[in-house]
Amino acid sequence: MAKLLYFAGLREALGASGESIALPAGIDTVGRLRAYLAARGGAWTEQFAPERNLRAAVNQEMATLETAVGEGDEVAFFPPVTGG
Amino acid sequence: MPVRVQTADFDLSSEVARLRAAQGVLAAQIGAIATFVGTVRDVNENRGISSKVAALTLEHYPGMTERALEAIVDQAKARWNIIDALVVHRVGPLEPQDQIVLVATVGGHRGEAFAACEFIMDYLKTRAPFWKKERTAQGEHWVDARETDDVAAAKWAVGAPGAASGKGP
Repeated sequence: MAKLLYFAGLREALGASGESIALPAGIDTVGRLRAYLAARGGAWTEQFAPERNLRAAVNQEMATLETAVGEGDEVAFFPPVTGG
Repeated sequence: MPVRVQTADFDLSSEVARLRAAQGVLAAQIGAIATFVGTVRDVNENRGISSKVAALTLEHYPGMTERALEAIVDQAKARWNIIDALVVHRVGPLEPQDQIVLVATVGGHRGEAFAACEFIMDYLKTRAPFWKKERTAQGEHWVDARETDDVAAAKWAVGAPGAASGKGP
């Protein structure tokens, strides 16, 4: 299982702050996970569309589309940050 | 000094006094204290909406936020000859004129204290997982990230044109 987290505008648009999912075979990077989520349809397809400016973190470290994801990882998706 | 994420307000003088006291024997080597306090403006940051900001809500990623801030402070300490640094960032509901963030650096000399303080703030703006939601008369909306913040952070990249120098020889 992997723990997925969604923040800010993404969380609101999806109506979900997170979930635990069994990573399907072949879903082994942030980019592949993003494409997998985008294939769910509805708000998921809209929010995870490739042109959407989303950031990701794996185990609480900023990640890129190439960052590996696997069993037991915490993967977060969120819009560009706006603190300070 | 640990970084802190909190809903409560902070007092600049108390925070600086605590930061200095925490240095123990090194406190007497402090010759410069640089502080930055960010406050909430009533100017909304999204294009096309003209009404003033009535309130702000700050969301963060508990756990990652603290780690990201600690990593930024560690980078500042590695790059400039400062003794210590402190970051306090508020989350939750805020109103215009409220204090939102404090960065303080202490060191031997002002140049490194100033630079490290600005670096921490520039990196915080682009790397620490906080998100602002504004409320105006037209409703609520999430604040868009600004390219100028990316530009500000990029100027610290090692080798960037005009990059501020790091630790002296």
